Amino acid sequence: MHELGIVFHIIKQVEEVANKNSVKEVTKVVLEIGEVSGVVPKYLHDCWKWAVENRSEHMKNCALEVISLKATSYCKDCERMYDTVKSGRICPYCQSKNTYLVTGNEVSIKHIEVKDEN
Amino acid sequence: MEDKVKIIEIKKSVFAANEKTADDLREELKQKGVFLLNVMSSPGSGKTTTLVELINALKDKIKIAVMEADIDSDVDALTVAKKTGVQSIQLHTGGMCHLDAEMTSQGLNGLSNLDDLDLVILENVGNLVCPAEFDTGAVTSLTILSVPEGDDKPLKYPLMYQVCSLVVINKIDVLPYFTFDVAKCKENIKMRNPNAEVIEISALKKEGIDKLADWVLKQVKNWKENK
Repeated sequence: MHELGIVFHIIKQVEEVANKNSVKEVTKVVLEIGEVSGVVPKYLHDCWKWAVENRSEHMKNCALEVISLKATSYCKDCERMYDTVKSGRICPYCQSKNTYLVTGNEVSIKHIEVKDEN
Repeated sequence: MEDKVKIIEIKKSVFAANEKTADDLREELKQKGVFLLNVMSSPGSGKTTTLVELINALKDKIKIAVMEADIDSDVDALTVAKKTGVQSIQLHTGGMCHLDAEMTSQGLNGLSNLDDLDLVILENVGNLVCPAEFDTGAVTSLTILSVPEGDDKPLKYPLMYQVCSLVVINKIDVLPYFTFDVAKCKENIKMRNPNAEVIEISALKKEGIDKLADWVLKQVKNWKENK
């Protein structure tokens, strides 16, 4: 259900790009999804086909590709990077809470592939 | 002849368009001096009961309106209107599991005296996943976690506890009947969001409502002074 809402937002943005570039058919959308973004690629794929067939104009047969991005955090106290999935917000080296997420929260459209009419 | 394929680079967050709308809405509300508070939780955590008590504690001090978001029905808006007397409207998300900034903006336009208000409380759809991902344009968010749900929720739904500035632990009157460990729960919240404040309440028994009301008043006051 949550992924469906995200798919609607993706379709909206891709359709805007398609219209701006006078594209007749978008054949593929490539997404970058971070490990801790809370978006499950499997569920995106599950609702993708239905959504593009029923809720898009230029994406009826559009394929979906998802590139997964690893989650990493940085500790401001000991200045080291660590694996966010293993340790969360607390640095595994010095137990500091003074950390932030560097990568892993992405839900981005990397690029789209369209039929070249020329 | 095979079709040639052209690649168009986008490199943009899926949430970018919504975040832009949310930022515009925040700016508009700042000009008007209206504080928008987003309230999130799972279904059945006591959002509506908590809001009724909170509003009754605040309504003589500041001018308040409420927007209730649900997939369907108007029971929440009617309950709040009947028990508090403040303006209350129901937003239907049409099957969607969350509100986005555009829907919030439309809801605000449905309030009759927006410019005169100090505080608009948005009761988001009961759900621990999607509402956390879509910025509504609110100044800040609070998340309610009720005792029967268990103290491990911040571990299971991390984003919900990361995007809020306050976690309200509700239904503390039933603690003796559950294995809910308040200290453990606070630890779990801190792990996800070291800056989050925690207030324990029982909306039904009207315990801790004064603390929650003070927190909201302080947020509104600080925001108005810094604008």
